[in-house]
Amino acid sequence: MTATELTSKGRVLVVDDDASLSEMLTIVLRQEGFESRVCARGDLAMDAFREFRPDLVLLDLMLPGKDGIDVCKEIREESGVPIVMLTAKSDTVDVVVGLESGADDYVVKPFKPKELVARIRARVRRLDAPTHEALTIGDLSIDVAGHSVTRAGQSVNLTPLEFDLLLCLARKPWQVFTREVLLEQVWGYRHSADTRLVNVHVQRLRSKVEHDPENPEIVVTVRGVGYKAGTSQLPGQ
Amino acid sequence: MAERSPRGALRRGLTFWRRSIQARVVASTVLLSAVVIAAVGWLLLQQTQEGLLDNRVDAVLAEAANETAEANRGLTRVPGTDVDVGTQLNDLVDPIKLRGAARGFEVVLAGPAGSGNPLSAGGTRSSPGLDVSSVPQSLQERFAGPAGPGWTFTRIRVVQPDGDVREGPGIAVGSQIVLKADGEIYTLYYLFPLDEDAETLSLVTRALLTAAGVLLVLVAGLTWLVTRQVVTPIRLARRVAERLAAGELQERLRVTGEDDLARLATSFNQMASSLQKQIRQLEELSRVQRRFVSDVSHELRTPLTTVRMAGDVLHDARRGFDPATARAAELLQTELDRFETLLADLLEISRFDAGAAQLESDDVNLVDVAHRVVDMTRVLADQRGVAVLVRAPEHGCLAEADVRRVERIVRNLVTNAIDHAESRDVVIQVEGDESAAAIAVRDYGVGLAAGESAMVFNRFWRADPARARTSGGTGLGLSIALEDTHLHGGWLQAWGRPGEGAQFRLTLPRRAGGVLRQSPIPLVPEDSQELV
Repeated sequence: MTATELTSKGRVLVVDDDASLSEMLTIVLRQEGFESRVCARGDLAMDAFREFRPDLVLLDLMLPGKDGIDVCKEIREESGVPIVMLTAKSDTVDVVVGLESGADDYVVKPFKPKELVARIRARVRRLDAPTHEALTIGDLSIDVAGHSVTRAGQSVNLTPLEFDLLLCLARKPWQVFTREVLLEQVWGYRHSADTRLVNVHVQRLRSKVEHDPENPEIVVTVRGVGYKAGTSQLPGQ
Repeated sequence: MAERSPRGALRRGLTFWRRSIQARVVASTVLLSAVVIAAVGWLLLQQTQEGLLDNRVDAVLAEAANETAEANRGLTRVPGTDVDVGTQLNDLVDPIKLRGAARGFEVVLAGPAGSGNPLSAGGTRSSPGLDVSSVPQSLQERFAGPAGPGWTFTRIRVVQPDGDVREGPGIAVGSQIVLKADGEIYTLYYLFPLDEDAETLSLVTRALLTAAGVLLVLVAGLTWLVTRQVVTPIRLARRVAERLAAGELQERLRVTGEDDLARLATSFNQMASSLQKQIRQLEELSRVQRRFVSDVSHELRTPLTTVRMAGDVLHDARRGFDPATARAAELLQTELDRFETLLADLLEISRFDAGAAQLESDDVNLVDVAHRVVDMTRVLADQRGVAVLVRAPEHGCLAEADVRRVERIVRNLVTNAIDHAESRDVVIQVEGDESAAAIAVRDYGVGLAAGESAMVFNRFWRADPARARTSGGTGLGLSIALEDTHLHGGWLQAWGRPGEGAQFRLTLPRRAGGVLRQSPIPLVPEDSQELV
């Protein structure tokens, strides 16, 4: 493997205080073609993040120095880079809190390396062939190639995951997506996974794109089924 | 409802009677007092009546003797030459009649004695309006021949001038006189009414009844008050005991005074305190224990992740190893899988023990679940040469449940059945009625010995410790299944007989929170029932 090959797959920042696990992660990631750097303390994570400029962050929730949740929020303030949480507890509120503070996905310890790599690949995969597609959903216009969403000329700042979620709904406005289908298309899960992922991210997306997140018009809930793009055009548009 | 309400009232009354000591004590005291009061009252009345009558009889006899003596004196004054019997009789009776009218007695003159004529035959002289049958037959018979004076009780009937008949108790006194005119013996009957005495008696009776009534009310009131003093603290204690039983361990009785009840309350409170202390201790102990299991499981996860990843790296690279090392890498991989499942099961159990498990209920089609489980376990079933069949109604069978947990229960049951099926079929049966849905997993393998059907749900329990564990089950599967079932408010039961196989039946309420009364599938499978 050459250095050019390593950088081509992407850069991963591993924030975990367990030295053995971090090293093991580095080995596995290198085998899969990712370049990685380890940060063992929460309070040093932001510096490492700014310096390394990773394409994805693997973030343990229990960290010395600073809580993983806080690190997650700080990264989100600066960037939409995908964050995958590493957690030992799948059933606690930690997961939901982590997702709500901006994490895109989570992996429960002990995970299989292939599972982790699949999660990472799903998050760093960027559109292979940018198409010059222009879509509208509600009063929002989506520029697929430019990876941007605008409302009346004003740019709406979305993370790549939120963008993918919105795009997925906007491409087929006639279709109702179940949470399972969304998990597969946006997150890349092949088996049924935790549907809380979808719920939390739909909430986050709504808080950014809806006029009134309590009465969503762009991402509409279909009771008992899932979500779909809102059909009603706002007056004046 | 109209015809049921009296029965309902009766039932409520009976319930009150059964539950209330106060009611029973008051009622029995009142009943006993009533019996005593009635006896005493009756005795008093008897005595009064006797005394009154004795007095009256004495007075009446004296008056009758007086009248007879007066009549005899009248007769002696009459000259013997006057032989007109009728006149003489009239002269005899008329003054007595007059006196009788004044003093309130009636008189009848019958005779002559020995004629054999009854009074009713006529020919008697009597007070106006008097019905001569008022003189009792027994008295008439006594005076059929010559006899001394005699008396008896009777009823006097008098026809009033306006035609009314007045009837009342009385005393009939008879005495005989000899008429000079014909030398015959005539009988004089005096009839004295007892109306006044009857009135006195009824007055006394009324007074006694009133007194008895007042006394009973008094007794009832007293008993009620006394029992209330005892019962009220008991009821309070009961309420506090109920609250203690419901888990409000800080509940205590209020202690006032130093009497027996206060001491009872003190002892009760001491008991509650010591119970509370012990329960707290046990709770703390079990909390620490659970916390420990949970912490250990979590602490194991990070190193296990590293080992897991290292194992995977080795496993992926095993082609480059020599055969022994390659095999070691493979074994490492499979055992890591097992270790992981065991850890996951331990965590799940510790979650149940901590009471942290929560239901995410939804409408679940148990038939779909059965088919999904068959798909999931196909690899294992094929390895063992076991065919898993599903017998289910076509319309499906819905129940409000947590699909993840129900699937896990059924998967545990099916893998367990495949493990013990000894290459025979495994049948999953799904059935439902309006209140319950059930899924039964039947195998025809080794079966369960008597008493084992309850033990299969114990943690790490194995029917035969010598028997090899082949499927890599953790020994916690059925315990987790049972906990999952309890979380749904359902039943998970096992039946088995050595050599005939076993059946595990899961019954869930159709609606979350529903109460199960029966299962749509019998626990003992039909193909085995004829052998019972």
